[in-house]
Amino acid sequence: MKYVEEFRDPKLAENLAAVIRAEADSAREYNFMEFCGGHTHAIFRYGVQDLMPDNVHFVHGPGCPVCILPVRRLDDAIELADRHGVILCSYGDMLRVPGTKRRSLMVAKSEGADVRMVYSTLDALKIARENPDKQVVFLGIGFETTTPPSALAIKQASEEELENFTLFCNHVLTPAAIRHILDAPEIDPEEAVRLDGFLGPSHVSTVIGSQPYEFLADKYQKPVVIAGFEPLDVMQSVLMLIRQVNEGRVEVQNQYARVVTREGNERAQDLVDEIFEIRPAFEWRGLGSVPESALSIREKYAAFDAEKRFEISEKVSREVKSCECPAILRGVKKPKDCKLFGNVCTPETPMGSCMVSSEGSCAAYWTYRRAETLAEMAAERDLEPAQ
Amino acid sequence: MCLAIPAQVTRLGDDGMATVSLGGVVKDISVELLDKVEVGDFVLVHVGYALHLISEEEAQRTLAMMAEGGLLDEELAEIAQEGEAA
Ligand code: SF4
Repeated sequence: MKYVEEFRDPKLAENLAAVIRAEADSAREYNFMEFCGGHTHAIFRYGVQDLMPDNVHFVHGPGCPVCILPVRRLDDAIELADRHGVILCSYGDMLRVPGTKRRSLMVAKSEGADVRMVYSTLDALKIARENPDKQVVFLGIGFETTTPPSALAIKQASEEELENFTLFCNHVLTPAAIRHILDAPEIDPEEAVRLDGFLGPSHVSTVIGSQPYEFLADKYQKPVVIAGFEPLDVMQSVLMLIRQVNEGRVEVQNQYARVVTREGNERAQDLVDEIFEIRPAFEWRGLGSVPESALSIREKYAAFDAEKRFEISEKVSREVKSCECPAILRGVKKPKDCKLFGNVCTPETPMGSCMVSSEGSCAAYWTYRRAETLAEMAAERDLEPAQ
Repeated sequence: MCLAIPAQVTRLGDDGMATVSLGGVVKDISVELLDKVEVGDFVLVHVGYALHLISEEEAQRTLAMMAEGGLLDEELAEIAQEGEAA
């Protein structure tokens, strides 16, 4: 149990913090984006930000699959449950995200739609086997970590000739989204978030490896450190990024080498490739339409594609007015910049996706930084001229 | 929903499934995404599938951190909820 003791040692965190303070150049500002909501959550939960010197900033990226699903796709899922009378299965957090007119899957369920929370695609397959007279749709969301399980589910359904199972595919790709964020200043100068490096996702990288991030160093000249989810991992990764910046190095480094390899899980990648192909473009909440950033089901498996099996109507979808999730997901605003934070919008009554999932920025601020954020909001209000 | 929990394989089925023990909870998961798994191996489990083999040290370290941060209970609760789903 030696390792456990070491990892629990707050002294180690303090030492690491001291090294970071010593090495961070006070003449510079360091802005690092953690793409992944798992990191956002770790940074808040363990107070990593408080251990950092004032010139080291975390910019929260869009890496929470629940947060980035656009309202339109959620409305489509609700329509599947409402109009087509399917059993709609989804991962837990997704049920509470408000769609147009604040109608969520949970609301649809309370009004009689058959919506079920599952932990795994294995459970969705089981529901399909047990209900042969019903159509079962799995609302597939997530980055490269949840995609292989969806791919396997389709493969299994196909082998079993399970005719009542389909996937509503909303799987998205991490590298394409990062590329889009870095291209954004060219598209719109207002959106220029200064970024000096990235904390690369850990569990996504166990699947795709560290290799897909190399373009960030080569083409965009941004350092990347693939970082584990534990607070000491995050701190060590920040130190590695600071060193790269100070020394003018631009590389992909792998702090999480005990789990992540350059190649990743090739078996999982092959399977994903067999079942899915890249969509020309996909809409992300906050980022808009991002080229080649998501997957759809290949023609060969069209029988298991909910988008092909069911007719989904054209409709106008709207997010809650004044919800700032889109700007927060791009890293250009913080939860304190949203008027709704903490008064009408709380985890019990979420107005936007960022307040729903525990990996969302608004939920993280609400859980760990509520008092400070509300105080900052009040102070900023007082500075504004009276209306 | 992005976290993966370390678990130890206690039994291998012949259908790509395995039984794991995970923070005291026994659960059947799929090991189809891995090339080779043996009883006793530690794996990272995400949404019911083993994604990666890890060392025992890594598994213990991660479990300890998750337990300390209260994350383990949340994740286990999420897994346990599945029974109520149907
Ligand atoms: S506080 Fe609520 S309404 Fe405001 S941005 Fe966050 S989720 Fe949206």
